[in-house]
Amino acid sequence: MNQPILVHGEKIFNESILYMDGVTVTFDGFRALNNLSILLEPGELRAIIGPNGAGKTTMMDVITGKVRPDTGDVFYHNQSINLALLDESEIAQLGIGRKFQKPTVFEKQSVADNLYLALKANRGTWAALSFKPSRTQQELVEQVLQRIRLIDRQNDSAGSLSHGQKQWLEIGMLLVQDAQLLLVDEPAAGMTDAETEQTAELLQEISGSKSVMVVEHDMEFVKALDCKVSVLHEGSVLAEGTHSEVQSNATVIEVYLGR
Amino acid sequence: MQANSFFSSLLSDLGARWFLGCLLALVVLVPVLNGLVAQDSAFYVPTYAVGLMGKYLCFALLALSLDLVWGYCGILSLGHGAFFALGGYAFGMHLMREIGERGVYGHPVLPDFMVFLNWETLPWYWWGFDSFIFSILMVLLIPGLLALVFGWFAFRSRVTGVYLSIITQALTYALMLAFFLNELGFGGNNGLTDFKDVLEIDLQSDATRRGLFIISGLALAGGFILCSWLLKTHYGKVLLAVRDAESRSRFLGYRPENYKLFAFTVAAMLAGLAGALYVPQVGIINPGEFSPLNSIEIVIWVAVGGRGTLHGAALGAIVVNLAKTWFTGVLPELWLFVLGGMFVAVTVLLPKGIVGIRFYQTKPLLHRSKTSQQPSGSELGL
Amino acid sequence: MLQKLTQKKFSVVESAVKALGDSGDQRARPLLETMLANELFQQKSDKQLVKAVGSRNDHTLYDIFSGEELAKGVSSRQLNRIRVNNKIRSTLRNALARLALSDPDPQVRSEAATNLRNDQAEEILPLLQQALADEKEESVREVLRLSLATLQTKHPDPEIRRQSITLLSGSLDPNVRNLLTELLQKDPSGNWNEPESDIREKIQATLKQIQFWEDIYGGVETLFFGVSLGSVLLLAAIGLAVTFGVMGVINMAHGEMIMLGAYTTYIIQQTLPNLIEYSLLISIPAAFLVAGTVGIILERTVIRLLYGRPLETLLATFGVSLFLQQAVRSIFGPLNQNVVTPSWMQGILEINPLLAITYNRLTIILFVPFVLLTLFVLLKRSHFGLEMRAVTQNRQMASAMGIRTDRVDALTFGLGSGIAGIAGVALSQLTNVGPNLGQSYIIDSFMVVVFGGVGNLWGTVFGAMSLGLANKLLEPFAGAVAAKIIVLVLIILFLQKRPRGMFALRGRFVES
Repeated sequence: MNQPILVHGEKIFNESILYMDGVTVTFDGFRALNNLSILLEPGELRAIIGPNGAGKTTMMDVITGKVRPDTGDVFYHNQSINLALLDESEIAQLGIGRKFQKPTVFEKQSVADNLYLALKANRGTWAALSFKPSRTQQELVEQVLQRIRLIDRQNDSAGSLSHGQKQWLEIGMLLVQDAQLLLVDEPAAGMTDAETEQTAELLQEISGSKSVMVVEHDMEFVKALDCKVSVLHEGSVLAEGTHSEVQSNATVIEVYLGR
Repeated sequence: MQANSFFSSLLSDLGARWFLGCLLALVVLVPVLNGLVAQDSAFYVPTYAVGLMGKYLCFALLALSLDLVWGYCGILSLGHGAFFALGGYAFGMHLMREIGERGVYGHPVLPDFMVFLNWETLPWYWWGFDSFIFSILMVLLIPGLLALVFGWFAFRSRVTGVYLSIITQALTYALMLAFFLNELGFGGNNGLTDFKDVLEIDLQSDATRRGLFIISGLALAGGFILCSWLLKTHYGKVLLAVRDAESRSRFLGYRPENYKLFAFTVAAMLAGLAGALYVPQVGIINPGEFSPLNSIEIVIWVAVGGRGTLHGAALGAIVVNLAKTWFTGVLPELWLFVLGGMFVAVTVLLPKGIVGIRFYQTKPLLHRSKTSQQPSGSELGL
Repeated sequence: MLQKLTQKKFSVVESAVKALGDSGDQRARPLLETMLANELFQQKSDKQLVKAVGSRNDHTLYDIFSGEELAKGVSSRQLNRIRVNNKIRSTLRNALARLALSDPDPQVRSEAATNLRNDQAEEILPLLQQALADEKEESVREVLRLSLATLQTKHPDPEIRRQSITLLSGSLDPNVRNLLTELLQKDPSGNWNEPESDIREKIQATLKQIQFWEDIYGGVETLFFGVSLGSVLLLAAIGLAVTFGVMGVINMAHGEMIMLGAYTTYIIQQTLPNLIEYSLLISIPAAFLVAGTVGIILERTVIRLLYGRPLETLLATFGVSLFLQQAVRSIFGPLNQNVVTPSWMQGILEINPLLAITYNRLTIILFVPFVLLTLFVLLKRSHFGLEMRAVTQNRQMASAMGIRTDRVDALTFGLGSGIAGIAGVALSQLTNVGPNLGQSYIIDSFMVVVFGGVGNLWGTVFGAMSLGLANKLLEPFAGAVAAKIIVLVLIILFLQKRPRGMFALRGRFVES
């Protein structure tokens, strides 16, 4: 089969927000990522699918600096920055936001405080001591609260939210963070059908001005996103294309159904 | 404007209001009852009790500072006593220099123990401690600097949880061993003692005792307000975020190590101040203050009082030390049983301490309730 | 023959003394010694030879051979002194030495050979050469060779002196070193003790060689002390490696488990005073049971309630440690208890003059691999070990497969505590057994486990040995306390670099 992997130099793109080049990660001999290469254009919305253990979460870990690749580079913004050399907070400060598979919000703090914590601002210690949200920032938070439908719960502790609401809150945190590249891990889990649809719409809306990478199991949701899909298998890209192209790809079918 | 809103929000908190109110009453009443009431009156507070309470207030400040790192950063420091002791030593050095020629050997410069060791000159690290201002600065800077250096290494390399606890314990243990050495120049085994006066005021007089008591009370109130303010700022919110989900805060672009380091250093300086106020009231500082047991006792004060609430920590220090004074006076054999029992009882039965019993039961739980064990309302766990 | 001694003619006396020396008859020694001390007399009345001490009219007489008192207040008039001149004195000394060198007891022979070193050279030399030729016992031969060489260094003939240095070059005896150093110095009048410059150079080289061996054996000794300390640390830490490393439970009362083991030894020795030689062998299982039982009770009552909350576990177990300390203090009193060392563990194994090893430390060094091996077999080969590993790796899965995880937890904790008890038996032979015994080991034990890497027994072995060796290597330069401080600081710094220790597990499992 012709492998749609982007090997360095094979295909020249004018712009890239993210370019992973030959990334390999091993845990105790197990290859979680195997020479993975993937490229994301600015403003692109991309869905990543793949069976369990395909390396989807590890890929996100590598991009956000949680896991350091054994070999390979992770370039951000037209190869100007190699993320593989930076740590989590430096990467986050470059404008890469992440929503986790299992929603992780600051449970003991209020919903509004969660958003204020995510708000784009100087992350320094001294700056935090004198930080007061400006008028526009307060408005932004309020706007996002409206949007994620948590305006009535803004003073409740985040821990008291339902699973779906926490998902929304985390998406809201990405919004106020003003990230340029959003990594969204299974956003639809725990949401109602209506909410899932709204999430898909929201992500579509965000993309264009920002780049979004979505990892998802729910094929309906992926279909609703209506974007380019990459299939991960055993740590590398197996196939890439539109939703229907991928679904009709023989190898993909074999990986998902066969053996 | 900003400060006003801070104080009004501080005083809207029930615990804080009570705490500051009681502290104020204590600071006013005790010296009055000691100094102005006749000795045979039922309301007379004897001087030894003033000293004792002054000591408790220092412990309360120490507990408060530990709570800042344990309760609000999640760092269980088993070496917090080291900062207290360093502050104590720094001020003790000043008090030693104040003795001047009145030592047993009558040497104009050298403290007695240096004369005894046949030292010729004052070591360089004793220079400057004849100045009160310099010494007060050192009381804050030395513990602060140690915390800064140690914390910078520890937090940057992401040593967390019990590992951090164990190496903080090793830190204070190493310091204890070091201060036991005569060659180090801090009086070895005996430490620093036989103080005469401070700022030319006799340390033994009743008025001095009252003065130290008032200063300790004000320092405690000041520490309380400082910590409350810190926690009310955006910094405080980030600190809680770091405590509860450190790696999540990294993905938002925060550097948890810097946030923790700041709190750790502030806490160390407060602990140093507590130590400096403690030394003139008890009249001695020796390497025993560095012992790991001392540090872990501070932890139990905070745990008994209520970790994660500033007034709870301070209250815990006072309650436990009252119990200690009573037991070591009446039933010394039993004290370690009680202390050991307290450790077990508090961790198993009262994870929120005594302030958690009544005040916080109706509010949304601030602590994870994985074990779903509600405070039983009883302290007698054994 | 004895009558010859009373002859007036010195030459006759001399030949008699010589003959006595050659006879090899050990009974002659007191006689010759008495004679040398000028205390040999002949009673005029019965011509009997006696030993007489005293002056003028008040001599006390003794039997020469039995030392028995014969008479008191004897006047010198009744006695004839056996007279000796310098020549006879030297012959006497020679004969005495010869007798001693032919003594049936090798101990006496080698002592005699040692004593001869300080004598005048020429006359003794042939004697020693003869003795060396006759001697069969290798250890005595060694001493003889050394004495010979020592005497030869003072020989007027430079050639013989040269040979002697060659002979001495293999010796590690501190006396040889002193002798050679002395030869290199000048006497008060400014002359070299050894006039020949080439011999001096040779001595220089020999001294260098001795220094080299001293350094080597000094190093070996440091190594031994380091391994010995490492073994002690390892014993104290193995149990912790099980509870902390395998279960992830911070047991601050671990030191008190060690203490309980030591007190168990004490009780066993008190109750079975006739079996002191076997007391340690009895104590090992007993201490394991006592500490293990206390551990299981602790796990069931306190630790079980605190799983998943390591900091709370730390505090609660610290409380337990205070409790146990005070309990022991209340029962046995605050003073240290006297635990006896069985005779087979006492004494010193002397390998050479520079290197001696105490048997109790040696025993502990040999005991540690035994404990490790037993634990290893238990973990890898027994069914319980399998269950234990299953529970550590995946608790839910193990539980689903019907393993009673709570029972495994309790037993694992009991095992860790029991091993601490065994450590207590060993430590009772090295340190004071008192209520604070455990406290002094808890920080070190944690350092060992954390440094080596949690969850890895080999890491613990490595950690213990490194700490032990580092401590002992630093001690000569820094002193004991400072060495300890330096090691602690180094570990703290090391943990900044590798927070999970030397041999840490990697992978997703570690994340939490």
